[in-house]
This record gives sequence, structure tokens and C-alpha cells, in this order.
Amino acid sequence: MSHNAFYTKNLSVYYGEKQAVRKVSMEFPNREVVALIGPSGCGKSTFLRSLNRMNDLIPAARIEGEVWIGGDNICDPNTDVVRLRQRIGMVWQRANPFHKSIYENVAFGARYHGTRNRKELAALVEQCLRKTALWDEVKDRLHQSALALSGGQQQRLCIARSLAVRPSILLMDEPASALDPVSTAKIEELIAELKKDYSIVIVTHNMQQAARISDKTAFFFLGDLIEYDDTQKMFTNPTRKSTDDYISGRFG
Amino acid sequence: MRAKTIDRIATGVIVAVAVLIMAVLASLIGYLLFRGLPHISWHFLTSFPQAIKAGGGIGPQLFNSIFLLVLTMIITIPLGLGAGIYMSEYAKRGPITNFIRLVVEVLSSFPSIVVGLFGLLVIVNTFNLGYSLLSGALALTVFNLPMMVRLTEQSLRSVPQEQKEAGLALGMSRWKTITSVMLPVALPSIVTGTVLAAGRVFGEAAALLFTAGMSSPRLDFTDWNPLHPTSPLNPMRPAETLAVHIWKINSEGLAPDAGEIAAGASAVLVITILLFNLGARWFGRVLYRKLTASK
Repeated sequence: MSHNAFYTKNLSVYYGEKQAVRKVSMEFPNREVVALIGPSGCGKSTFLRSLNRMNDLIPAARIEGEVWIGGDNICDPNTDVVRLRQRIGMVWQRANPFHKSIYENVAFGARYHGTRNRKELAALVEQCLRKTALWDEVKDRLHQSALALSGGQQQRLCIARSLAVRPSILLMDEPASALDPVSTAKIEELIAELKKDYSIVIVTHNMQQAARISDKTAFFFLGDLIEYDDTQKMFTNPTRKSTDDYISGRFG
Repeated sequence: MRAKTIDRIATGVIVAVAVLIMAVLASLIGYLLFRGLPHISWHFLTSFPQAIKAGGGIGPQLFNSIFLLVLTMIITIPLGLGAGIYMSEYAKRGPITNFIRLVVEVLSSFPSIVVGLFGLLVIVNTFNLGYSLLSGALALTVFNLPMMVRLTEQSLRSVPQEQKEAGLALGMSRWKTITSVMLPVALPSIVTGTVLAAGRVFGEAAALLFTAGMSSPRLDFTDWNPLHPTSPLNPMRPAETLAVHIWKINSEGLAPDAGEIAAGASAVLVITILLFNLGARWFGRVLYRKLTASK
């Protein structure tokens, strides 16, 4: 398994009595994009959020099974979630930059995790903003509020923010679904670029998007992982009939 | 057509109510200022009160009010913020938390004279702090804390969940996320709440009668050592505040110009509260801008 960035084993998530994810075992290869698709309520977002223990915030949520990342089972109650989340970046459907300046949004997490030298920090901020193709757009107003940026810029800033704490994995929960086509295209280009350095898991409702950007695709339905294979195969010749039905738009 | 008529009537009623409230408020403040302003002078604001002669001022009372406010806020703000953060972010949902919340609500609607008596029995007598500014500040804390706790809790709860998740997902501790991500967002409403709480301190008389006392020692405004009994900064001395002074001279004042003094003091009280409000809001805005880089 050493070539794998991480994998889950029989991962189940419950909200109270309701089981939202059923015994999902998946391997995520290093530096590849894995798309999670499926109709609303199929458990894909819940699954994604259990990969960095974000479901801890929901009082009724309970996890069973294992998630192995770099040799640690992060579902172990003794896991240091603070350290864990530093290794895993996350991006949400709605851009949620901090109510701070553009510079601070990126620098804040890095400073907290130990980059205190001003020059180093400034270089890191520039590097992260360049990686997300935002530098040229914002370099003259780094110290203005991030909330004044457009939706697409805010979303790229959120990606830059998560890169600044040097994660190895990026989780994206429908990162482009609230954006216009041009901004969406930029995010997709960005994902293709980021793939060189990070393992990416992306939840998406947009079938074309999954086909365009991902190396592997997983189809979830009613909490079950129905099929997981190379994107090429999933979209041209899926094994399961429900996958075919969903991808071709016959339900969901 | 019918819907339009109803809409027009409703609008009319709402506007009328708003105008009525504004009129009451404006006439109240106008009357206070009209009666009080002519009496306000530098001399009036800085000199000592006179028991029998005319021409007394309200210097010590004004100072006491402001000093008491500062003392109360020094105690209230950290406690209120801490408890509010606990209630909104750390307390587990359940009967105990709900009970605490209920107690806080009941406490905030306590009659102030009861708080005063409580202060007399517990703070002044049992803890033997005597009639003092500190006793007054503690009594007012009892009075103010519930409001501060509730407002902090509500302000933090109204911060979007995504902000909190963003902080935690970056690998920040819960405490760091609360203090550096959520509190700045919640700041404007917390400042508003603090200003409201502080305004109550300024106008409060009943809770202070038995705690801070109804008299001041002959203050020596050249002695700023807080340990000296006649120093204005000594928190262990009794202190009559402006609101208490107004009540006292109105009910038992012997000076021939007691009426004018009460009117002038009332006007000063209103103006000070107004200035304090504006000042606190300005400070809150500056702080918010600094923390959030917004315009």
C-alpha cells in the first residue's frame, strides 16, 4: 500500500440512527484526482468530511471503520486532529475566506504553524497566490479585505490559504458549483496544475467536470460505494447498470 | 387591489408608531436638555457639591460614575466574554446547559433594588468590603454579566459555521479558531452589547444605594495614589454616582438650587451616555477594521 496516499477500510458514518455511509473501502493514489459523484444525499460529502474528521463538529455524527493516512489510522480517538488537519487542506462549496486581508488569509495559517519570519512568510504568500493564479490579480491590494474579491477569486484564495500550511492532500467539496463558467474553468485548470504536488479528492455534481479533471471516479448511491474505477472506464464502459444510468442522466 | 389597500394601511400604522416613538424620545431629551443645559458650566462639572448653599457642582459624582463604569467593565468584560464563549462553543447541549441559560436569563431581569440588597448582604457585609466602589462594581457585575454572556453567546453563534470550519480545517486549535477567526467577525455585535450594558451601569441608582453608598469622602484630586483614603482612584472608598446624586438631591436636597442641579446633572448624564455610546462604537469600528482589513 506504500504507493497509496491514503485509503479507507470499511468506513461507516452515522448521523444518530441513520447510516449515511456504508462500509466504504477506497484507495486514493498519490498525486491523482479522485472525483466522488452521486445524487444529493448519497453520502459523498459526508464521506469527504470524515477524511479530515470534520464530522467531529456535528454532535450526532459517529464514525466506524478506518482511514489510514501516512501510516496513521486517523479514526483513532487519540489522533491529534489539529496535526491531521494541517496535512489535509479543505475547500468548500461556498468560498469562505476569513474576514481579514488577502495577505492575512494566506499568511494566518502558516504563521500559526510556525512560519514567523516576515520575509519567509511574504515569500510563501506570494508562492501560494502564484500557484492559484491569483498573484497578478491581487498583488497591488494584498492588504485589502478578502471579502471584496469576486466569488471565483475568493475560492482560489481559499485554495491558496489551504496550500500555505503545506498539506499533502486536498479535499474539495463542490468547489466550483457556485461559480460562473469562466471561474469554473480557472478552478479546473488549477486542479490540473495542483495534481502535480497534491492528492486531490473532489466532490462534484457536474458529470462533465468529473470526466474532465479526474483520474479516477467513485460513484456513491444511498451511502454505498457502487463503483470505483478509472474515470475513462467509468464514463465509457461502467460495470454497474446504476452507474451507467446516473452518468447518462437517466436518474439522480 | 385589496392587498394594496391593506399594505397601505399597514405602512401608515407602522410609520405612525415610529413617529410617535421618535416624538416621545425627542421631547424627553429636548426637555432634559432645555432644563439642564443652561445650568451646565465648567464650574458645575468640576466643583464639589454644596449641602446648604447654592452654586454646588457635580465634579466628584461625574468622576465616580465614570470610574465605577470602568471598574465594572474591567470585571464584566473578561467574565462575560469567557462565559459567552463557553456557552456557545464548549458547553455540551443538554439539560444542564439549558438550565444555566435559564438562570442567566432570570438574572438579567432581576429588579435592580434586589441586586442592591443582595450586594449589601453578601458583598458589603459578608465579604466585608464596606460601602465602596468595588462593592458597587461587583453588584453591577451581577446585574450586567447575564446580558454580556447572552450577547457574546449570540454573537458567536451568528458567525457562519463555514468560518469556524475553515479555521479548524487549517489545523488550528479550537481556541485559536475562536479567538482569531470567530471573535473578530462577532466583534461589532459584541461591542454593541457592551455599550448597552455599560449604559445601564451609568444610569443605575437603585443597585448602588446600598453598595457604593450615597456619599463620597472629600476627594483630593491631586492625590492619585489608589491606596490613600481620599484619593479619587481608591476603589475601597464610598462613592456617590451621578444617578444616585440626582435621586438624592431630588428627594432630600437642601440647597436652594437643588432643582437646577438635578436638571443639570440629568442633562450631563444623558450627554455622557451619548458620548460614551458614540465613542465605544467608534472604537469598535476601528478595532473591527484593524482586525478584518475592511473599509
